[in-house]
Amino acid sequence: MSIRNIVAVVMFSILAIFFVFTAFMITFGAPKETKMDDYIIMNTQNETGTNSGVTTIVFDYRGFDTLGEATILFAAVSGVLMIFRRVKK
Amino acid sequence: MSEMSKIVRTISNIIFPFIMVFGLYVIAHGHLTPGGGFQGGAVAASGCIMLIVAYGSTWVLGKIKTSRLAVFESTGALGFIGVAFLGLIFGGYFFNNFLVRKGILFNVVPKTGFTGSEFNTAGVLPLMNFSVGVKVIAGLFVIVLVMAYASSLKEWKE
Repeated sequence: MSIRNIVAVVMFSILAIFFVFTAFMITFGAPKETKMDDYIIMNTQNETGTNSGVTTIVFDYRGFDTLGEATILFAAVSGVLMIFRRVKK
Repeated sequence: MSEMSKIVRTISNIIFPFIMVFGLYVIAHGHLTPGGGFQGGAVAASGCIMLIVAYGSTWVLGKIKTSRLAVFESTGALGFIGVAFLGLIFGGYFFNNFLVRKGILFNVVPKTGFTGSEFNTAGVLPLMNFSVGVKVIAGLFVIVLVMAYASSLKEWKE
């Protein structure tokens, strides 16, 4: 048994332990900290006038996150257009 | 990529308007229904990519230039940041929802709880959805178009 197999077994057992602990320690559908969820559910219609809470979080409460996503898309388009440009002979 | 058979082209001709209308619907109703600018933009861009697959990238490049699509993409990004800066000017801080109670458009505030969906709500969120949608449509379309054209070239000169 080479050292590579031993390392793989150790890594997979650590991963399995993580999965098992996550599955049994946190009950499904009942998170421990619900303060922010309750705040957003109760106040999103009054504060932002939006019926869809997910859109409110994406574009209003977490607007900087969406700005980062837009920047990533812009960088990807710029990189692709730069790599595949037509080179004049 | 050359063009595919006539069956594929006919079917893509038929379903292309429906895909585009669905994508634009998801963008326009992003503040009411599931989805938004990114998701609807991805749907509409996949409709355009279907045209690339059916007709070939050379035909599509004869219809629209990549530089024009890049201009659309940058326009979407500038619109998004511009709306955010308008919040800085009119509301006091970056990404402020300045239209929500005192604006001309999208200024209705619904009651808390289960309400009907009214389109004229949500402040600046429809504008942001629209600009992000334009950006995602043009961005994904130009990425796939340029890659498809580059992979269809016969000769690669170093």
